[in-house]
Amino acid sequence: MFTKRIIPCLDCKDGRVVKGTNFVDLVDAGDPVLVASMYDKSGADELVFLDITASSDGRNTTVDLVRKVAEKVFIPFTVGGGIRTVEDFKVLLREGADKISINSAAIMNPNLISEAAYKFGSQCVVVAIDAKRCDDGHWSIYKNGGRVDMGMDAVEWAMKAEKLGAGEILLTSMDCDGTKAGYDCELTKAISSNVSIPVIASGGAGKMEDFKDAFTKGGADAALAASLFHFKELEIKNLKEYLAKENIPMRL
Amino acid sequence: MIAIIDYDAGNLKSVEKALLSLNQEVLVTRDKDAILQADKVILPGVGSFGDAMNNLDKFDLIDPIKKCVDNKTPFLGICLGLQLLFESSDESVGVEGLNILPGKILRIPPKEDFKIPHMGWNSLNVKEDAKLFKGLTKNPYVYFVHSYYLQAANEDIVAATTEYTTTIHASVEAGNVFACQFHPEKSSSVGLKILENFANL
Repeated sequence: MFTKRIIPCLDCKDGRVVKGTNFVDLVDAGDPVLVASMYDKSGADELVFLDITASSDGRNTTVDLVRKVAEKVFIPFTVGGGIRTVEDFKVLLREGADKISINSAAIMNPNLISEAAYKFGSQCVVVAIDAKRCDDGHWSIYKNGGRVDMGMDAVEWAMKAEKLGAGEILLTSMDCDGTKAGYDCELTKAISSNVSIPVIASGGAGKMEDFKDAFTKGGADAALAASLFHFKELEIKNLKEYLAKENIPMRL
Repeated sequence: MIAIIDYDAGNLKSVEKALLSLNQEVLVTRDKDAILQADKVILPGVGSFGDAMNNLDKFDLIDPIKKCVDNKTPFLGICLGLQLLFESSDESVGVEGLNILPGKILRIPPKEDFKIPHMGWNSLNVKEDAKLFKGLTKNPYVYFVHSYYLQAANEDIVAATTEYTTTIHASVEAGNVFACQFHPEKSSSVGLKILENFANL
């Protein structure tokens, strides 16, 4: 049975996992390899590493992180944050990343999507979209980590990204992110019903039912969460067992 | 020693790292003699069928691959490496595959509510006594990424299938020739077990 996916997201800086991890049982909660292995064992279907390193000289540490993770963790993983060129793609894929996520760079230079898709295949090109509801009921996309409103419709942008060769959409609701009040299922549905590539719902998960809603109401193919997993408010194993009972296909 | 054939395909490193984590001796190479002398040979692959056949031809690797198979060296094709073992592919019409096993690579048929590529975790139906799957359950989950799928001419060689928009021949076993459409190197503990089984043949 083809399954829906549960994806923990890890923020990384200078090659270390930072912000919001509280693994008392890990020797070093900042060690990406330890954290990734722990998630692999707990049943995560994929991982996303989001690089929040501010300086561009810090990038080498991300390459190093990817290399180390790929040596020890054998589930698919995505790397995002600050990737701007086809050469960036090449370096990270070569070290073992499976997919690369681009956000602002894709907005500023949509050709990056098609160039990367042509060179490495659509399956490794993830377009991340930060969307916020506007007064007219539509959603607008933001760049630079949600700081700059591009005044562009999120559904239209997702459709364009697909056309250019994106293999997946990582969709974050800025309205719901951090609220723990549930994913924005309306937004997720608006995107998932207008593209034929997989959509990862992100932002707002607070309880097990929220994941179910992302899949059933939002039509998501995967659901991503960060602090909820990091602080063990939800154990992935329990979450997947719950979802399987609710008839959402899961890898158990 | 396990030789991983290097023809500029994408997932070389992941396959190598997975085998190294199993304490296997691995050599990534396009050297004919090294490939012919290896105890086991792996043909990985990500990319298009036509480009891959072009590269195999360019690096003079077609002959050594066929010799390895004839010499009964255990041989494992992964993903595109499975597809190349067959006759032809819808992806690159007119390009002849390695033709080691009879069968064709077809485009995954579309169906409502199913996305293409077939990307993600899917469960297998494993045939009894399939060597690569020794020690695993009958329906293990593995990770797939592909838009084209195998229809083997002879179902006797099919070691595992999976259900998507159609029944996909997900793994084959024909004497010393093994292949997986999915990525064992990305399929967590199940995938490592499959690679270990191959290494222990």
